[in-house]
Amino acid sequence: MPDPFVIDPGLARLSARKFVQGRGRYLDDITLTGMLHVCFVRSPYAHAKIAGIDTSAAREVGGVSHVITGRDLAPVCRPWTAQLTNLGEMKTAPQSALPVETVKWQGEPVAAVVASSRAVAEDAAELVEVDYEELPAVVDPEAALKPDAPLVHPDLGTNVAWSINIDTGEVDAALAGSDVVIEKTFSVDRQTGVTLEPRGAIADYDPAKCYLTIHLTSQVPHIQRYIYARQLGLNEANVRIICPDIGGGFGLKLHVYSDEIATAAISMLIRRPVKFTADRLESFVSDIHARGHRVSARIGVNNDGKIQALEVNDLAGAGPFLIHPRTSVIEPLLVAICTPLAYDLKHYRAGASLVYQNKVSTGQYRGVGMPVASLVAEGLVDAAARATGLDKAEIRKRNLFRDDAYPVTGISGEYLECLSQQASLDKLLKMMDYGRLQEERDAGRDKGIYKGIGLATVVEGTSPSPALYAAGGAPISSRDACTLRLEAGGNISCATGLTDQGQGGEAVVTQVIADVIGIPSNEINIVMGDTATTPFGGGTWASRSTAIAGEACLLAATEMREKILEVAAAIHEQPADILTIRAGEIFNLETNEKVSSLAEIGKTVHFNTHTLPAEFEPELIVTRHYSQREQLMVYANCALGVSLEVDVNTGLVTLHKIWAVDDCGRIINEKLVVEQMRGSIVQGIGSSLYEECIYDETGQLLNGNMFEYLLPMAGEMPDIECDHIETPTKATQLGAKGCGEAGIIAVCGAIMNGINDALEPFGVEVSSQPFTPEKILRALGKIV
Amino acid sequence: MDKEPRISISVTVNGALVEAEAPARESLADFLRHRVGLTGTHVGCEQGICGACTVRFDGRIARSCLTLAAQAHGHSIETIEGVTDSGEIADLQEAFLRHNAAQCGFCTPGMLITAAEFLNSGETARRESIRQFLSGNYCRCTGYHAIVDAIAEIAGKKADA
Repeated sequence: MPDPFVIDPGLARLSARKFVQGRGRYLDDITLTGMLHVCFVRSPYAHAKIAGIDTSAAREVGGVSHVITGRDLAPVCRPWTAQLTNLGEMKTAPQSALPVETVKWQGEPVAAVVASSRAVAEDAAELVEVDYEELPAVVDPEAALKPDAPLVHPDLGTNVAWSINIDTGEVDAALAGSDVVIEKTFSVDRQTGVTLEPRGAIADYDPAKCYLTIHLTSQVPHIQRYIYARQLGLNEANVRIICPDIGGGFGLKLHVYSDEIATAAISMLIRRPVKFTADRLESFVSDIHARGHRVSARIGVNNDGKIQALEVNDLAGAGPFLIHPRTSVIEPLLVAICTPLAYDLKHYRAGASLVYQNKVSTGQYRGVGMPVASLVAEGLVDAAARATGLDKAEIRKRNLFRDDAYPVTGISGEYLECLSQQASLDKLLKMMDYGRLQEERDAGRDKGIYKGIGLATVVEGTSPSPALYAAGGAPISSRDACTLRLEAGGNISCATGLTDQGQGGEAVVTQVIADVIGIPSNEINIVMGDTATTPFGGGTWASRSTAIAGEACLLAATEMREKILEVAAAIHEQPADILTIRAGEIFNLETNEKVSSLAEIGKTVHFNTHTLPAEFEPELIVTRHYSQREQLMVYANCALGVSLEVDVNTGLVTLHKIWAVDDCGRIINEKLVVEQMRGSIVQGIGSSLYEECIYDETGQLLNGNMFEYLLPMAGEMPDIECDHIETPTKATQLGAKGCGEAGIIAVCGAIMNGINDALEPFGVEVSSQPFTPEKILRALGKIV
Repeated sequence: MDKEPRISISVTVNGALVEAEAPARESLADFLRHRVGLTGTHVGCEQGICGACTVRFDGRIARSCLTLAAQAHGHSIETIEGVTDSGEIADLQEAFLRHNAAQCGFCTPGMLITAAEFLNSGETARRESIRQFLSGNYCRCTGYHAIVDAIAEIAGKKADA
């Protein structure tokens, strides 16, 4: 590696050029010769027995080639079960591509029509007559726990899928000894990801070669290939997964979806290429949902603001199946682990339970439980400030770990290597001009203007080790990889297991490779998202791209640089250790003379090997893998502030401005970090103010369309100012931590706190997310 | 079931005449994407909410998912491919790149076509007016700030010129 190792922070994301020209190539843009279209018949009931399926009328429709049921697919695709054995007992049930006996959520695919066009397939799908015998549905998580509740899986004998208890001891005594104890209940409604591009798959099975090619809207092609091969009875080497440009992932596109794997099984069954693209109405009832928590909590503080003890109890809903392969357990797990994690306290008790219900499965969506954890923690800290009369920034300063205290082990057992909570909060308060905002808020109250300031200081778990999933038996890779090839023209081809759904990981690894080798970034091409051409890697999730794949690229580029210099040394008979590479040219460090170039090295190695010393056969191809194994997660931190105003007559919240200071370790591309922050903050604003999956008591989703499911739009969003502190992790040479989720983790709590700050003169609070006008007016007693 | 009724459509797409027979119920978005092969127009909701399918219909922005292909018969359609090739929005595209105003890129073509209409509308370049004008185009990735920055930069340059 050259010294000093400097990464150009301002490199534009060259790969975005195709997007501004409309040249992105997404799944539905792809058409294969002979391709047919699949439309799924989906259950209108949340829970029902399938008494029979009559496909005869659908088969009569012109253009229809097949109508396929669960019985047809059973011999092709084995059921799967999601389980992690490292997290205690999980009661789990197998899920099939298409069910044979019962449907367990509204929207579950029941049968598939294959036809010449999607429109014809939809026509025929309406003619498939499924004879349902409706069963009582389990909808509300609390109702699922009642002794007489119907069971989602009678074989399991319970609706409780999983639970956990953490107790560090003496919580009751510490609460009893606290000057103030505050008890609060928080609820966080279900929401969903709403990637602008819906999910889909194009499967093309070649029976002659027993080779299955699947274009898939997935963030994790190598993981999907392993699972698809296993379930479909194929060799992994005979399955190729290609992830084209993906129109947003946010975790939603990590999972195994029954309609997608059914599409692959259908292609094997009918020996034709077939395409499935979800429409928006299908997305709402088949994409994973997230959140859906009720948390009761107690905090004990002394009059000096010091937190003495914390207790939380979380009840979360899983849907009918634990989502494969990650399970739906991680949300409540992270509520239990992360709620106290930002703060230095001595006594903590947590319980979390996950229950089955007849709603679509919940799974990993941006933030995964951590936005719930920080909503609870930040809400309690603000309540403690109110109770003790302390300023809300001051109470945080008194309870956050000191920046020079790290490494520390948090109260829930998590290793925190190096954070900058105090410095981040100080920087935030300066940025937002905290004192002036307080004056404005106080002055406004006399005039009937109710402004609020909300703060949150949070941690973000990033870049997990194999201990999180793989140790529990799940085929989830925490590794990532980089293969570099020096081409004959002297440029570099890179293939990586990383994928990019818009984050800009491609630009980041380009920067790392360019700067380590010493080659202009426009002479590097990155290939990703194709299992046939990229080395095995975990893909993109849990804010790991830069930290994990970036490190693999750093290691590969370091080795490639050494190999190039070795060849230059052999050709020019100079010692390799006095040579260096700058902008694609090789110089002698002592004389500063140009010795060679990457173009000469490429040409020599690939064509003119006769000019090389005998028995010297250079390999200018390098593959390096990296997995982070020292820490369960590499924690980053963020301090975030909100300035908002509540209209106490309408209940509407106007966001004036948001400021955020994050510490994601070493920053490789500052613009991309800022965009991750802003994007995740605005997704969190959606969680906080707008987004909720509204179900009726029979398990029907009532607002499953973009007209009724509200999302953040440009007009209502504030400007978001971001700054950083850089505390590099020592786990890697690169020093980067993740940054994709801190915003959504921090902003939900900050908005709730801001609203409650605005409502302080009325002595009322809200704690049920989303914080809709209706809930605010109800808190104010203006409606009942 | 009756055979799907079809209709002959003659429409100018990005300045070139396209003549095709399509199902009478086919949306303009599907027609452009799957019959003409212009996949830069994206379909995000098929309900007229998200704006990813925004195209120009006789010079004004329209939702191609809510427009039938048959309605375009005899009219002029411009898509992201057309306004890219003509160079009309080149400065806006460069500004989007400079500000990292595109992440996954799915909303970007619709966003750019809407932004171009804003720039031609004579509206003032205030951030609030840009935000209001973009309120029919969802972006799930960026949080909108960088998109507003990019449009404001070009609007500012136009105002100065």
